Amino acid sequence: MTEPLLKIQGLCKRFGGVVATDDITLDIPEGELHAVIGPNGAGKTTLVSQLAGELTPDAGRILLGGTDVTSMPVWRRSLLGTARSFQITSLFPEFTARDNVALAAQAHAGHSFHFWKDARRETALRDTAHAALSRVGMGDRADVRVSRLSHGEHRQIEIAMALATRPRLLLLDEPMAGLGSSEAAGMLALLRALKRQYTIVLIEHDMEAVFALADRISVLVYGRVIATGAPEAIRANTQVREAYLGENSVAGAGDA
Amino acid sequence: MRFSFTARNLLIAAVIVLLALLPVYTAFSGSAFILTLFTRILILALAATSLNLIMGYGGMVSFGHAAYLGIGGYMVGILAFEGISSGFLQWPLAILVSALFALVIGALSLRTRGVYFIMITLALAQMVYYAGVSLSRYGADDGLTINRRSQFAGLIDLSNRTVFYYLCLALLLGTVYLVWRLINSRFGLVIRGAKSNERRMRSIGFPTYRYRLVCFVVAGAICGLAGALLANFTNFISPAMMHWTRSGDLIVMVVLGGMGSVFGPTVGAVALLVLEETLPFLIGKLGFPLFGESAARAAEYWQIVLGPMLLAIALFARGGIVGLLTRTGRD
Repeated sequence: MTEPLLKIQGLCKRFGGVVATDDITLDIPEGELHAVIGPNGAGKTTLVSQLAGELTPDAGRILLGGTDVTSMPVWRRSLLGTARSFQITSLFPEFTARDNVALAAQAHAGHSFHFWKDARRETALRDTAHAALSRVGMGDRADVRVSRLSHGEHRQIEIAMALATRPRLLLLDEPMAGLGSSEAAGMLALLRALKRQYTIVLIEHDMEAVFALADRISVLVYGRVIATGAPEAIRANTQVREAYLGENSVAGAGDA
Repeated sequence: MRFSFTARNLLIAAVIVLLALLPVYTAFSGSAFILTLFTRILILALAATSLNLIMGYGGMVSFGHAAYLGIGGYMVGILAFEGISSGFLQWPLAILVSALFALVIGALSLRTRGVYFIMITLALAQMVYYAGVSLSRYGADDGLTINRRSQFAGLIDLSNRTVFYYLCLALLLGTVYLVWRLINSRFGLVIRGAKSNERRMRSIGFPTYRYRLVCFVVAGAICGLAGALLANFTNFISPAMMHWTRSGDLIVMVVLGGMGSVFGPTVGAVALLVLEETLPFLIGKLGFPLFGESAARAAEYWQIVLGPMLLAIALFARGGIVGLLTRTGRD
């Protein structure tokens, strides 16, 4: 068996008396779409923040492709291939969509101590940006300022920026948050298309989407993984039912 | 959109043309005062332009920018005092030493954000100020007169008012062009991105601290050059060059003219300093028919009029004078 792309070993994170991440150990192989679900406050975003490098764990290790990244800063992990989309849209509102994504490409195309040449005329960056925007269905909106775009479009740009960094590991924090039903369907199709091309850790509240997409699911409750397994196994797991899903939602997901 | 472009650009073009033709006017009118005033305006506009680079584009509100004016000026003054009057040595050293100070000040202050950043830059600039006060060999509190302006091997004669003026204008316009190239380069986009959303910049792979620090150093170096000009202009250096109120003046120029617009600080410097000169006169003249002699006394309190004007700009014209023109054009 090959080495998993992402290895999480005994990860712990405390905020005062609250244990947000409680001894999490997970192996995520290359190409897997791994969903993390759990009730509000279970520590899902805290987990993603530690994987991305915004938070430093109190204990445990994170290995990406065999490299220990536990104490690496965010930007260095990004250069190693970890990309994150934010739960709450986090873009550069005064720039165009293309500028936003081109900036992500620029971060991965050598250093930026170039003081003279117009960066907006660097065709390689612009092309990468355009390809990423087209990939998420925003090709024709590339030159609109982000502050003038809709929430749904912001979510798409979030993904495009992550893709433009040519990641090995995509951390998607609730990509469907706040989307209308048709936008959500579009995002679902996009995630389906990205599956297999990238290793994905997906946090999502939309159970229908999670059970339709995920190869494996981990259920997080009070910072602890109470179950990890294929969607059918999670659905059948009584502990999960009691702790989180509830009879009705499991039945609903089963029908979907 | 098209009109907005011309409205703003017309103002900028008008300012450049007026500045370029000013010596012609003063040659005819024989008034050296205007030329002297505008030489000072150009020098402070250069300093404000450098502040705008970090403040307007980088979001780094430095409340100690006048320190580099002082450091640049002191390099010229100290070297002149020690018998080295070559501008080819003085000016590069003024720029280099200012850059070094900016490196240290930036390295410390850029670890903080917001109000803390403002306070730390102010505190460090005050330390530089008191260092100037304690330089007893170079006049301490009283300052030091420079007997000989920087020499450029006979190529540029700084004692000629018109030559000096045009040198300042050329350096200002050159710097504005440099800043414009800079903010549209890769480096500039990183700086502006870090102002907009630093967390996101780091998450897409930028080590933002080093870019912000380099930007801070570039601004310090440019301001050091302005300091070298200022010392030559006044033939004098003193700690007052880097008093914290001077730092405040520079911020006012940037905000008044338009933060994040390459020509804003120049427009702001012209507006602020011309107002400072003309407001007392205007209040006295306009108030005389109404209030008689007391208007002349009121003129001493011209800042009471200037203050609300600045407040109005800050409240109602977020992009300063340049931004105001852009906006009215668009609507």
